[in-house]
Amino acid sequence: MAAGGATPPKDRAVPIEYRTIDRVSGPLLFVRDVANAAYGEIVEIQLPNGERRQGQVLDSRKGLAIVQVFGATMGMNVEQTSVKFLGEVAQLPVSDELLGRVFNGLGEPRDGGPKIASEQRLEIVGNSMNPYSREEPSEFIQTGISSIDVMNTLVRGQKLPIFSGAGLPHNQIAAQLVRQAKLRDSSENFAVVFAALGITSEEANFFLKEFESTGALERAVVFLNLSSDPSMERVITPRMALTAAEFLAYERDMHILVILTDMTNYCEALREVASAREEVPGRRGYPGYMYTDLATIYERAGKIHGRKGSITQIPILTMPADDVTHPIPDLTGYITEGQIYVSRDLQRRGVYPPIDVLPSLSRLMNQGIGKGRTRDDHRGVTDQLFAAYATGKDQRALSAIVGEESLTPIDRIYLKVADRFEAEFVNQRPDEDRTIDQSLAIAWDILSDLPDSELKRIKPEFIQKYRVARAARP
Amino acid sequence: MGSVARVSGPVVIAEGLENAKMFDVVRVGSLGLVGEIIRLVGGTATVQVYEDTTGVRPGDPIETTGQALSVELGPGLLKSIYDGVQRPLDVLKQNLGDFITRGFVAPALNETTRWEFTPTAAVGSKVGPGAILGTVQETPLILHKIMVPPGVEGTLEALRAGSFTIREEIGAIQGPSGRVPLFLAQKWVVRVPRPVREKLAPGIPLITGQRVIDTFFPVAKGGTACIPGPFGSGKTVTQQQLAKWSDSDVVVYVGCGERGNEMTEVLATFPSLQDPKSKRPLMERTILIANTSNMPVAAREASVYTGITIAEYYRDMGYDVALMADSTSRWAEAMREISGRLEEMPGEEGYPAYLGRRVAEFYERAGRVITLSPEGRTGSVTVVGAVSPPGGDFSEPVSQNTLRVARVFWALDASLASRRHFPSINWLQSYSLYAGDLEPYYQAQVAKEFGNLRQKALETLQKEAELQEIVQLVGVDALPEREKGILDVARMLREDYLQQSAYDDVDTYTSITKQYRMLRAILGFGDREQEAIGKGASVTQLQGLPVRQKLSRMKWIPEADLKAQFDAVENEMRDSVQTLTAASGGA
Repeated sequence: MAAGGATPPKDRAVPIEYRTIDRVSGPLLFVRDVANAAYGEIVEIQLPNGERRQGQVLDSRKGLAIVQVFGATMGMNVEQTSVKFLGEVAQLPVSDELLGRVFNGLGEPRDGGPKIASEQRLEIVGNSMNPYSREEPSEFIQTGISSIDVMNTLVRGQKLPIFSGAGLPHNQIAAQLVRQAKLRDSSENFAVVFAALGITSEEANFFLKEFESTGALERAVVFLNLSSDPSMERVITPRMALTAAEFLAYERDMHILVILTDMTNYCEALREVASAREEVPGRRGYPGYMYTDLATIYERAGKIHGRKGSITQIPILTMPADDVTHPIPDLTGYITEGQIYVSRDLQRRGVYPPIDVLPSLSRLMNQGIGKGRTRDDHRGVTDQLFAAYATGKDQRALSAIVGEESLTPIDRIYLKVADRFEAEFVNQRPDEDRTIDQSLAIAWDILSDLPDSELKRIKPEFIQKYRVARAARP
Repeated sequence: MGSVARVSGPVVIAEGLENAKMFDVVRVGSLGLVGEIIRLVGGTATVQVYEDTTGVRPGDPIETTGQALSVELGPGLLKSIYDGVQRPLDVLKQNLGDFITRGFVAPALNETTRWEFTPTAAVGSKVGPGAILGTVQETPLILHKIMVPPGVEGTLEALRAGSFTIREEIGAIQGPSGRVPLFLAQKWVVRVPRPVREKLAPGIPLITGQRVIDTFFPVAKGGTACIPGPFGSGKTVTQQQLAKWSDSDVVVYVGCGERGNEMTEVLATFPSLQDPKSKRPLMERTILIANTSNMPVAAREASVYTGITIAEYYRDMGYDVALMADSTSRWAEAMREISGRLEEMPGEEGYPAYLGRRVAEFYERAGRVITLSPEGRTGSVTVVGAVSPPGGDFSEPVSQNTLRVARVFWALDASLASRRHFPSINWLQSYSLYAGDLEPYYQAQVAKEFGNLRQKALETLQKEAELQEIVQLVGVDALPEREKGILDVARMLREDYLQQSAYDDVDTYTSITKQYRMLRAILGFGDREQEAIGKGASVTQLQGLPVRQKLSRMKWIPEADLKAQFDAVENEMRDSVQTLTAASGGA
């Protein structure tokens, strides 16, 4: 049994139907005279025209239940609309049939295929994983992208978001990750769970085509909530996706890569609910509990002792106005184990992938690198590259003011190192799949421009072993 | 017995609880979820529930236990990992599997483990609160002292040696109000500080093995420190380094609303790491409290209190305890969330108006104290709190309220972190108000000149910041040679001293003696550099000396071989600079 929560006691044999809607306000229904709706209970709403929608109880008191409608409240009225309390919380039917299917944001088939017929239904708001049961993620995932593999290594079971902005190629990067991500030497039991949260149909089609052309679709579960779909569905879509991921990972021993895009839209939907409830707003109108809410999504990545599967999460979010201090990237960064930062500046200079390594980070890389995992010199090379690139960028800023001539000789080398780092190391073709050794070789080629005395972060024995000899040293 | 009237997230409103008291623990619904009363209006009680309330309905039963939230204190605490309300996570795993289901109650301490109890108090003697009755060897590192609980005194009527569980009576005291049975364990309410006789002034540093902390911004035993910083600036790594290497006897590590995988990392690494003094596994002196971000928010609010109460208990035995709270911002946010659900009038940024008071009360539970005990044992609790300011902006309420009470400020800097200067503690912004109090200790235990060296290093770094502003305008070539020399030494200080790798086997811990020798060597080179410049040498020449590489590799000199190797470096430094000066002076 995976993360299923405790079912509320089904003390009502027949679901009771109410026609006592008091008020419809934004995505919320206020239902009067409800004796005892359970917190989190799922309801079915029947509209005057016979259409049915789902909703969930957000607040329950004697005589009143506040229901959040998944979908629009358009067409609902207070007279003829009825609300049925189902006595259960939101669930997703799970089975092996999930693979290769496309669902909508509520987990209903969108590809014209049959419903998932399964006895097993998992509650989508899972219980929290016992920290004591977690296994430390430590298996290196080679993505073939140097700026990730060497500088901000991804490991299995990590949650590593992509911080991007409007108009930046985060989708291409995510697609490249899906195409190339692999363990160094093992045959795979690998699948992708993809959740689209309010993205455009164009973006969704890009991913679907990409999955189709690489054959990944057969081993993917797709949940689509497009920007034209009701925003309230978005609040549960990531939980549907993660429930599917947990089933495949912990009951079917698969290694799951979960892509959630775009989390910014998810947070907007959360804010919409909060303001409809007239809650006290936190920063920029987002609810005060957004940290906790995001944590219940992101923390569902990981590995468990004694189980073979794993869940690696790559959420994508677009930072409003490229502002990393905006509440969405800010709270995300405090929960996730690092971030991959896509930079407009590098994009403008024609670098692909435009990943700025300096503000990027992988908190778990240390467990995944080094001798026996990647290579013995990895840690030192990474630290040295970070330091050299940061120094080089400083010199670039300085030379813009005082001119390159007034830099010291060593500073001019740093300037060149920074330029080469961007042009040769970060820059690569979208279809270029570099092995870790290839990436490290490029790194050493660039670092070897520096004199030994500057390579303070690398142990002498590794300098001896890996430094590239130069005919004429500058 | 009352009933639920309203449910909204972690807040439940109950009716019919006329007899309940504030902060009583209650059990909610048929699952018996654990909660705590935080507001009473007539018979209506507002309850914050420590577990997910999904499925709770109006009309569900609610029952008060009549007791405030408390922790159980006794042998078996060490090596444990608890959630925010002291439920042992390993026991939960055995009983519930890998995911925590609700309504499960487990004793905090193992009730069947037998502990070998050695009495030390004499039967028939008068004993009072804090008096030691006897001892239990809890782990090879820590001798657990069984004490008379606060508020109990009288004549020791009986005390037995032998092996006991925490539920078996070990003796009794005949007090003014009757016979009080004694056990290996006692209970204490988490929101009330354990009493002490007297608080002492700080005077002994908590040696952490981290150069930037011990040398420049030290914290005293019993002191308070805060580490604010944006995400990715190294709060957690710094906290974990302190938990690993600080010379406290017991470490309580509270993971409050943080990442699950970080607690896993602690669990995976601590058992294999050795305490630098005793060479025993660090886990033998550590207690972990893990209420990760996806666990219920109300228990997160309680977790820091659970942690500090356990810390105070070991302090009362006479130990030096360090409490790491990562992160207090999550604790404050939990308060904000509960306050919002209560529809209280918000203060700054939605935080409740009592935020400042709660933060101050928490830090005030730190201190070096004379405990309640006949012999006046001393013990200490040092509190190090991480703060996670939104957007890295220190002007937000949690940072500001913390800075008002914490006496050491380690300001983490995102720009240092992004160039992988770790620990990314900004040397210009940070401060320690203990530096003066601890000066006599450093003079006596390390070296007379240590304080002067520290001052000189800080001045050099300050001067560097000023010079950098000029360099930004005119370029480094326009500076006179002497000032280039200052920049050179400052760079050595930054790269070869302040930077310290937590992941390198040797560099991760630097003894205070080694810190002194490293600092002396770098500043010594700086003095000789200035001398040589005066005699006509150039900074470029000095930078080219082979001894410079040795200086930058000092951090890898093993502790066992300190004196010989440092003497050699210093000699070589003297000789090579002399040779250089002679050559350029002669020219």
